[in-house]
Amino acid sequence: MSAADTPKRSMRTPLGRVRNLGAAHSGTSDFWRQRITGVALTLLMIPGLVIIMMLLGRNQVYAAQTLSSIPVAVILLLFILASAWHMKIGMQVVIEDYVHNEKLKLTAVMLNNFFSFAVALASTYAILKLASGV
Amino acid sequence: MVEFALPKNSKISGGKTWPKPAGATEVREFRVYRWNPDDGKNPSVDTYYVDTNDCGPMVLDGLIWIKNHIDPSLTFRRSCREGVCGSCAMNIDGQNTLACTRSMHDVKDGAVKINPLPHQPVVKDLVPDLTNFYAQYASVEPWLKTSSPTPQKEWKQSHEDREKLDGLYECILCACCSTSCPSYWWNSERYLGPAALLQANRWVSDSRDEATGERLDNLEDPFRLYRCHTIMNCAKACPKGLNPAEAIAELKLKMVERQI
Repeated sequence: MSAADTPKRSMRTPLGRVRNLGAAHSGTSDFWRQRITGVALTLLMIPGLVIIMMLLGRNQVYAAQTLSSIPVAVILLLFILASAWHMKIGMQVVIEDYVHNEKLKLTAVMLNNFFSFAVALASTYAILKLASGV
Repeated sequence: MVEFALPKNSKISGGKTWPKPAGATEVREFRVYRWNPDDGKNPSVDTYYVDTNDCGPMVLDGLIWIKNHIDPSLTFRRSCREGVCGSCAMNIDGQNTLACTRSMHDVKDGAVKINPLPHQPVVKDLVPDLTNFYAQYASVEPWLKTSSPTPQKEWKQSHEDREKLDGLYECILCACCSTSCPSYWWNSERYLGPAALLQANRWVSDSRDEATGERLDNLEDPFRLYRCHTIMNCAKACPKGLNPAEAIAELKLKMVERQI
């Protein structure tokens, strides 16, 4: 792209453009939560997979019986919460990186929140339902 | 959306092959990006043959030889020719580096391919427009900020505190790192980029500075700082052997430290 063709030429100074609306004074909590959930998922991955492997090909009664154990249900719940949170933050980063249209970006971020929350809630409900034997 | 292809007027087409220098026994092929803002044409890649017995060993020597002996219209920045000023930063054989410190012999067989620094507006040929890059540097306010009364002599610093600036103060602002960073390509209007953030960390780490908190406040932003995804192209590109990714990680650590 040539300098003359740079889009959105304005009379604003380069420093004014860089400062723009100022710093958001946020981002650190998302950064830290992404690390916390990342470490949590590393720890939960093996027990989580073991439980899922144990349930493969078994019937609902066996699944309900397995999940009625408190440690098993807690591990799965933690796994779901950490995954959904990690997924939400990670997807938001991807959207912010690649989607530059403000309206489209806000819509995508909102849908991402809805989706992550819905997945987390549906999975939690399913685990609790099986674990309680209702 | 992010651009995965060059705009129409930036697509490279054709290019002129200049004749080999008469009487030269050893020549090296140079393929150089050309774009002239005045002729309305798309960019092209011209092919030159440099008489390596008649010029120095560095890529910059080759470019200067071309300008002096073949094509005086070839445009590029250069000044110190010894890796101190950062003027001759360009993309050589797919790697952002300084033309003055990259030997022609380090470029593997075949032509020496030279392009301007990626994803910046081009002023002419190998000269990028770094206005935004310099403004980002200015935005981190790269000077000592203090509130205490100015001492009679100098602001003192222990040897240990001075050592904390090693690996930061050597930056020459050549823009090799920032323009090699995909995150900077996609969001250069909002992400400060590795060079400006390394400089920010240089001032945040300075024991004499009294505005550390304000500096961190100005950086704490999902785009200004947190667009860094530790891709590490910056560390690979830096011709001075610095590690901007590590400097950015230190900034993020300080952000977490002051909250927890």
